[in-house]
Amino acid sequence: MNRRKFNNYLSLAAMGSIIGTPIVFGKKLPAGYIPLGLQDPDPFSMFKKDKEMVVLNDKPWNMEAQAHLLDDKITPNKYMFIRNNGKIPTAIDVNSWKLIIDGESVNQKKTYSLNELKSKFKQYTYQLTLECGGNGRSEFNPPAKGNQWTIGAVACANWTGVRLKDVLEDVGIKSDAVYIGYHAADTHLSGDPTKEPISRGVPIAKALQEETLIAFKMNGEAIPLAHGYPLRLVCGGWPASASGKWLTSISVRNKVHDGPKMVGSSYRVPCKPVAPGEKVDDEDMCIIESMPVKSLITYPKTGATIKTGQQLSIRGHAWAGELEVTKMEYSIDFGSTWKKCDLAMASNRLAWQHFKASIRFPEKGYYEVWARATDSQSNSQPMVLPGWNPKGYLNNACHRIAVKVV
Amino acid sequence: MMQNNNFEHSVKQLRKLSVIIFVFFMSIAAVLLYIMVDPTLSAFTPKPDSTDLVVVNDDPNENFDKIEDGIHVRTGFVEGEGLMTVVNNCTNCHSAKLVTQNRMNKEGWKATIKWMQDTQNLWDLGKNEEIIVNYLATHYAPEKKGRRQNLANIEWYELKE
Repeated sequence: MNRRKFNNYLSLAAMGSIIGTPIVFGKKLPAGYIPLGLQDPDPFSMFKKDKEMVVLNDKPWNMEAQAHLLDDKITPNKYMFIRNNGKIPTAIDVNSWKLIIDGESVNQKKTYSLNELKSKFKQYTYQLTLECGGNGRSEFNPPAKGNQWTIGAVACANWTGVRLKDVLEDVGIKSDAVYIGYHAADTHLSGDPTKEPISRGVPIAKALQEETLIAFKMNGEAIPLAHGYPLRLVCGGWPASASGKWLTSISVRNKVHDGPKMVGSSYRVPCKPVAPGEKVDDEDMCIIESMPVKSLITYPKTGATIKTGQQLSIRGHAWAGELEVTKMEYSIDFGSTWKKCDLAMASNRLAWQHFKASIRFPEKGYYEVWARATDSQSNSQPMVLPGWNPKGYLNNACHRIAVKVV
Repeated sequence: MMQNNNFEHSVKQLRKLSVIIFVFFMSIAAVLLYIMVDPTLSAFTPKPDSTDLVVVNDDPNENFDKIEDGIHVRTGFVEGEGLMTVVNNCTNCHSAKLVTQNRMNKEGWKATIKWMQDTQNLWDLGKNEEIIVNYLATHYAPEKKGRRQNLANIEWYELKE
């Protein structure tokens, strides 16, 4: 992109020639030139994101938070990661937006307008943890292909909508239903209108959970465009890719849904543990369901320097997919000893839990504060990378921050 | 004589008048002409600070594939043999960022190309495939990271109580 500072000499010369500046601009604009603001969209203003968010990819848009940005108990839009597989739909008309429920295992196909959904069914609000299956991918060795998420592809916002189970009950589903699959309005990167960028889903048992929503509000407002406006399926605690954005239809399947990124190695890990770098056939890869136990220190930001004798307050969040976090600990000696943090209950099932602790350091020097959560089935976060897998999913290794006592 | 004097006087007056009229109309014409080319009278209004204005290069193709410090500015790819083949084949559908943030060996890049051909409408690359794979495996090769790396790029700051 060619930019040049407009210099005074040129503007004076332009003045002198009695041809007004606007005309000079017009003449100098190359044919087909799109004004800078549109050609090089600023994703931060376009998606109302904080400037400290990190853009991993601009086609499709992928953006993550940093740990300290996720300090809010309920994640606001400006700190919520974006993970897109295709292009964001354009020209969305909420008045004509329809949700179709179809598939092999419905009694009959049924269509709802947005207004029908909102008026016919009771509305619920839940705070739901959505984490990208590939969050933490950047640490795997050998490296795994895809967006190199560090730690910021997780968020826990309030979602308001109707229960998928209520809608499915209204439609009537057959006893052979095993899975649901979503379809959406986003478009394929190649421009091929016959291709879906992504169409994933969940087993029928997850679909029928009380917290599984067809949502139209996030944090009390219309869902932001990048997060699925005007309608999104939200399946908390599972890879966020199961929560289809720009939702247009849900198919109730009599087999495991087979849409794009449901099959092959997408959102799958080896069914049996493998050595780092080992080749795994597609048929030996199993679909990820609940996300593993994990936590983040969101305060202070890494790199804090404190004075000798000064206590350090830390806080953050912990979550465990379908399970509850039952214990939260920190270590300042690289895991030799662990101390307990105060851990709060979740605001509802599938929401992250907040923890805090106050730390005393024995002497001056460099420290790392490591955080470790344990779930209700006694699974703890590993200090090193968990089992390597070809696509780099499910890295729930302990988060740590650097602290210096001076 | 009187008549002659009167006549000369009238001619002088007439000439004076026509000069005045001429100058008057020329002035109006000049003002109108100026307003035509500068309808906002921008020359008389204080000039805005123009240092932040951005203009486009006269030639849109000049520097389009500029390389600075070994980096292809438009895409962020590193300079190397096969660069433009990669730019022309690998940035049509997705951003170059999807490539440059990844690290793979030849086998990995080949498998990625095959996956894109099988599922994402990537075309047959023909002879270019080898050029592309060589470029990527040379400049975007895996680094050994071990099971957990040191914390890096820490920005130290003073934390007040």
